[in-house]
Amino acid sequence: MSFLEIKNLRKKIGSVEILKGIDISLEKGGFLVLVGPSGCGKSTLLNAIAGLLPPSSGDIVIDGQVVTDLHPSKRDIAMVFQSYALYPNMTVEENIAFALEMRGVDKAARATAVAQVAKTLQIEHLLKRRPSQLSGGQRQRVAMGRALVRQPRVFLFDEPLSNLDAKLRVEVRAEIKSLHQNTNATIVYVTHDQIEAMTLATKIVVLKEGVVQQVGTPAEIYNRPANLFVADFMGSPAMNMLKGRAVVGGIALFGKDGVIVPIPPSVTGSLTEGKEVILGLRPEAITDESLADQTARSVARIEAAVTMIEPTGSDTFVTGKIDGASFTARTRADVPVELGQNFRFAFNLDKAVVFDPESGRRLD
Amino acid sequence: MSGATETVSAGSARTARYFIYAALIVLALVYLLPLYVMLTTSLKSLDEIRGGDMLALPKDPSVAAWVKAWGEACIGVSCVGIKGYFWNSLKMVVPAVAISTLLGALNGYVLTKWRFPGHKIVFGMMLFACFIPFQAVLIPMARLLGAAGLSNSTAGLVFVHVVYGLGFTTLFFRNYYEAFPDELVKAAMIDGAGFFRIFWRIMLPTSGPIIVVTVIYQFTNIWNDFLFGVSFSSGEASPMTVALNNLVSSSTGVKEYNVDMAAAVFAALPTLFVYVVAGRYFVRGLMAGAVKG
Repeated sequence: MSFLEIKNLRKKIGSVEILKGIDISLEKGGFLVLVGPSGCGKSTLLNAIAGLLPPSSGDIVIDGQVVTDLHPSKRDIAMVFQSYALYPNMTVEENIAFALEMRGVDKAARATAVAQVAKTLQIEHLLKRRPSQLSGGQRQRVAMGRALVRQPRVFLFDEPLSNLDAKLRVEVRAEIKSLHQNTNATIVYVTHDQIEAMTLATKIVVLKEGVVQQVGTPAEIYNRPANLFVADFMGSPAMNMLKGRAVVGGIALFGKDGVIVPIPPSVTGSLTEGKEVILGLRPEAITDESLADQTARSVARIEAAVTMIEPTGSDTFVTGKIDGASFTARTRADVPVELGQNFRFAFNLDKAVVFDPESGRRLD
Repeated sequence: MSGATETVSAGSARTARYFIYAALIVLALVYLLPLYVMLTTSLKSLDEIRGGDMLALPKDPSVAAWVKAWGEACIGVSCVGIKGYFWNSLKMVVPAVAISTLLGALNGYVLTKWRFPGHKIVFGMMLFACFIPFQAVLIPMARLLGAAGLSNSTAGLVFVHVVYGLGFTTLFFRNYYEAFPDELVKAAMIDGAGFFRIFWRIMLPTSGPIIVVTVIYQFTNIWNDFLFGVSFSSGEASPMTVALNNLVSSSTGVKEYNVDMAAAVFAALPTLFVYVVAGRYFVRGLMAGAVKG
């Protein structure tokens, strides 16, 4: 039985429908990440779960209890805000204890709870300070402490890492992950960063314009995106989208002078001959021959002109071009490529997915 | 920046600076001159004042005029000094400032964080009220105070000043809270604080700078008010400004300029005091660190 359930949730602001019938369920202890571009409705959805924004219709159920019309404080949830929203007039200690104080917890019990949370988050030395005396990472930790101390049924995170610098973001991300593993808390987390979504989630919901595009585990979302939008949004660099046409025994890529590759195993049905398709292949599935997956059943070796080389240190991203169509390959760092020359790329078609260009959906 | 330093040489920049300082000092002296005359005259004897040199320092400074102004000068027919009226003014100004500031803060809080349909119209009308000239409401207000049994009382004056101050105090607080992060209010709501608790525990404690601004503004306005004082109170219940006028205009026989001046200094002291004490807090930004910005 699911712990958090969102049923056909809709939200209209003015004449604009922000959420168009959202259905999501999350099991206890799950880590749900809502991901999508700006304006997709993910923050609106989170605010609706928090009770800060009443939905136009639909229901929100936490642990079997319908909370749709409950006041935020009665839902037994805690929220970590993007700006941290620490009370500037209170010390760290008072900030963390505030919710307990509002709930009439006595002073001694408050102090114990604060001390315990401070220990978990290693902020004991900061308790007497005010938010203005803390660094960004420390404020972030205090904001989490304020949520943790209540031991709520559901934690809500609204883009909590977007105000941190890149290095700190990776650190705090790992902390949130281990926090989830240690406390087994149920978490709903909003981000526009697909890497955060992949690393943290047990379940990802990809949103676009108020509509759920796909729900799945990070692996499902990454490997079998439901449509072109999800495929393009998740993963960096983005998935290669190669235009092709179904022919007898395979898919013809790169126009007239191109190649015919076998139909990927992800497609179980049959493709009508002559049908236009889009072949999606992640950059790591295109590589130099020495790095090609030896266990792959279907590998196509294709020669293409190199138009760009981007070394990242660990790998090198090489852009190849055939007949006006470009693709990005992820190769060894010291791969012997040179700009303008032809290079033999290995396409691992085991990893490929095929989309219908008209509907944008993945073809099974 | 670099363009300016290239076209203006160091020497001419310094000359300009001297000129600016000289102008500022001259202007400051002009503005301070009345205060100087007031203070020196209040310390002189009547004979010395009649000597005619207004700008001279007192030859034999004495606080006799101050003592007389405070406790013995005749206001109208009673010769008990201005002290009673001074307290009248204080009894009026302290509650009027406190109530109008608090209500203004509450209004600003509601108008920014608990928006309701039509909040813009309500705020617009409050602003509009600020700009209705005082003279236009004197008679309706007098009728209202009479009906409420508050005429010729300090409570009545407090009421009038609260009503008239509310537009401005609301404006101050609304603009301040407009920039106050909504997320703090949301966080407090989730934490379980209600309407008034959020106001008392989160909003007011972070409103230091705007409270100071409002208090200085309201204190100065209400203390210095003459029109409402003279219209809605009389005799013993008058505020300081009205008494000062009566003192100066009702002296019979010899005009005691030194006593008049001393009384005027008394009338000016509280606003100066408030500014000197509270002005320091003007610059202290309490919001630092609430939200990373």
